[in-house]
Amino acid sequence: MEIPYTISNRPDTGLWNAKIGIWLFLASEIMLFGGLFSAYVFLRLDAPPGMWPHGLLNVPVGTMNTAILIASSVTVVLAWAALKMRKYRAYWWYMLATISCGVIFLTVKLAYEWPQKFDHFGVFIKPEALEKYEQYLGNHHLGEKGLPPRLEVSGHLHNPEALKDPNVKEYEVALDPVNAYPTNPSMDRPHFLYMPPTDKIGIIEKEDVERAGMFVPAHSTYFASYFTITGLHGLHVLGGVLVFLYMWLPVSQKVYQRNPEHLANRVEVSGLFWHFVDLVWIFVFPLFYLL
Amino acid sequence: MDPSTALETHHDPHGHDAGHEHHELGFWRKYIFSTDHKVIGIQYGLCGLVFLFFGFSLMMLMRWQLAYPGQALPVIGNALGHFFGAGSMPGGKMAPEFYNSLGAMHGTIMIFLGVVPVAFAAFGNFVVPLQIGAPDMTFPKVNAASFWAFAVGGVIMLTSFFVPGGSAKSGWTSYTPLADIADKGPTFHPLFNGQTLWLIGFIFLITSSLLGAVNFITTIIQLRAKGLTWMRLPFFVWTQFVTAFLLLLAFPPLEAAIVMQLMDRVANTSFFLPTGLIVNGAVAHISGGGSPLLWQHLFWFLGHPEVYVLILPAMGIVAEILANNSRKPLWGYKSLVFSVLVIGFLSFIVWAHHMWLTGMGSAVSAFFQTTTLLISIPSVIILSAFFISLWGGSIRFNVPMLFATAFLPMFGIGGLTGIPLAFNTADLYLHDTYYIIAHFHYIVAPGTIFGLFAGIYYWFPKATGRTMNEFWGKVHFWPSLICMNVIFLPMFLQGMLGMHRRWYDGGQGWTYGAEHVWGLTGFQWNTPISWAAWIMGLAQIPFIINFFWSIKHGKKVNDNPWEATTLEWTAPSPPPHGNFIVTPVAYRGPYEYSLPGSDRDFTMQNEPVEPRERTRRKTAPEPALA
Repeated sequence: MEIPYTISNRPDTGLWNAKIGIWLFLASEIMLFGGLFSAYVFLRLDAPPGMWPHGLLNVPVGTMNTAILIASSVTVVLAWAALKMRKYRAYWWYMLATISCGVIFLTVKLAYEWPQKFDHFGVFIKPEALEKYEQYLGNHHLGEKGLPPRLEVSGHLHNPEALKDPNVKEYEVALDPVNAYPTNPSMDRPHFLYMPPTDKIGIIEKEDVERAGMFVPAHSTYFASYFTITGLHGLHVLGGVLVFLYMWLPVSQKVYQRNPEHLANRVEVSGLFWHFVDLVWIFVFPLFYLL
Repeated sequence: MDPSTALETHHDPHGHDAGHEHHELGFWRKYIFSTDHKVIGIQYGLCGLVFLFFGFSLMMLMRWQLAYPGQALPVIGNALGHFFGAGSMPGGKMAPEFYNSLGAMHGTIMIFLGVVPVAFAAFGNFVVPLQIGAPDMTFPKVNAASFWAFAVGGVIMLTSFFVPGGSAKSGWTSYTPLADIADKGPTFHPLFNGQTLWLIGFIFLITSSLLGAVNFITTIIQLRAKGLTWMRLPFFVWTQFVTAFLLLLAFPPLEAAIVMQLMDRVANTSFFLPTGLIVNGAVAHISGGGSPLLWQHLFWFLGHPEVYVLILPAMGIVAEILANNSRKPLWGYKSLVFSVLVIGFLSFIVWAHHMWLTGMGSAVSAFFQTTTLLISIPSVIILSAFFISLWGGSIRFNVPMLFATAFLPMFGIGGLTGIPLAFNTADLYLHDTYYIIAHFHYIVAPGTIFGLFAGIYYWFPKATGRTMNEFWGKVHFWPSLICMNVIFLPMFLQGMLGMHRRWYDGGQGWTYGAEHVWGLTGFQWNTPISWAAWIMGLAQIPFIINFFWSIKHGKKVNDNPWEATTLEWTAPSPPPHGNFIVTPVAYRGPYEYSLPGSDRDFTMQNEPVEPRERTRRKTAPEPALA
């Protein structure tokens, strides 16, 4: 028994099966990420002034990752076109380039960006103690300019034992530039280039602290959304890479030898998925890195 | 519904397959890890029916506590306590936490593991490819993956009963913040606790329905037989088509919500936890800033289309059976099709009518009141068209027809009692009372489930080549119909007294429960309801025996025992792998019953239009409706 229209078009619809299937699947995916992005909007609009942070992510690295993903979307189209022209060798190289881009993206995300966050420390100051830490927060300065207040002091935690040990009464933080020089007008807005913590140590007493912790999902709704959405996006990238790997390996060369159009169709539908994953990132990047 | 004998007898004699397909598949490949849409449909059907009965049993247990609160459950109480673990039924008496578990899991299991798998996956898989003249689904392996994702999800849900603390207990809607903080703390495992397993199980169920929905839509678009144009599709195929779109687009936002609740529970985020939340008298140590309302929006964005996922396939089944047994074309086929499409669209913009009590604001309420009332229009069109289809027919009251006709008033009651709930002001009073329970159970229990029973009796001969016993079918039907009404009609009264749906003691200790209506207090009405529920459980025994007995010993029938018109009846019973001996071609609409001038009272879709018919068609525009 053969299923009709797996490779050739059905005359009245003008499509083969998997092409409809993938578009339906992508419609479903749009609703999935749509749900998550609407949650982002909901949470961000509900956030009290000063509770939605800016400038915590590494914009140049994010820009590089964006470029890598876009490049991979181009190479996957070239791979498909090479198959259509029956140039397997060229296909093989373009596919390798696509897979490499996916792997680089994931490596940057998982081995650099995320761990950097897990190593970064932030303290939310109790409302009544905000005045006491004015030297780190600069809220008078911000108030004069009509900007939202800062409620958090962040940087590198010098005494990690403070997180566990109740006898340690204060956090010693190598301050981020924004807390080291809070009244410097250049700190009013997030910077494009990433700025590492300074040498300046800030001392924050635990009794003045509302909440403290590393930049993990539980730290704030901002990081909760960031890790959930980039995590789910990362899973999609991983899925795409695995599918491409399968199509790049010798197993798929046999499919090509039997019917080159079959492999071209497979690359086309997985390429559509890849473009979608790329498109999701085009939304993720401005929402978390830039806005 | 074991197709073994049939597959073997039909496989070789006809020999229509290409040579390379002829090798025999082993038992495991043929019945367990099959990619044949019929086997997968039957797998879904059997699992779904088992889950339906299991979910119903949970409710039968709860009915004891509601009718006789605080009394030990006789005979099985202690044994159940051992089975479900310490703390569930101490001394045979139901613990409050266990009662909550049963309530939450009854809803979850009935909807997501019972009705959807049977209505959508089982009937859709088995019937749709046959009705459109296809050899199989477009993606057979994806189809099998869909079933196995469902099976894993089901096993996870069942396992959750046996972890410390028991299964999920925050209602089938898992409203936050309650669900976020339930089953959490030093005595619970971070992953293997009821609520977390509920979430993980759901991810598998959503994956399953996603794969199924993609497959169904593609199959209906691509694999229709030659000549089977859109307006010649049986109504059942249309309902499945719209249902698949609902599942495809409505489930993912819930998946997003489930991922977020999972993050809340496992990674301690606060997607759904507000700032300053007090748990056990102390401010919770969370980042806060989340929104409990967000969960409700995302949940009901699925939840409402889900209602139509439950009812539309049943409507499709009922339409097939009504046309077949009234020996008349279905009245208003085109209006039915467009009504289903409009329902499909509108069902995405009514969800917040489940949330009147949250105080969303009058502008939002006005919008959702309007859309909710709009959606009743196509529903009424469908029901009216069904009633008119019966008019003037020479009706055969066989068992499928009994269930199908019973569907009409039952769905009617369920639908009409929903209209007061569409209004914000009326709902403020009726919200979360037994009135709601009665309303939606009239739609899904005597409505959908009767539709499913009708479908099982109707297509059983196609799957096995034998019919189910008529007499025992009637023994199944009449007690079920009576008990359904004894269960749910008094609940309208209880609800209008103001009795709340989640009272653990059945209303014994509450003022509203002591008020009289129709001779009994609200609380006393629990007793007849509970007895009716238990008798209805007994009434399913004839069905179960009839079902399994008829697989081997039922009356043997030909390929088209109901003298129906649609394409599935042109295939052998049971159909072999690949379905049709001759690839079918459709020449006419799906319901050409009692065609004037025809020798028989049914003309099948694959019968070519004869020249004399053509001339008659020109003079009389719609001979099929004469």
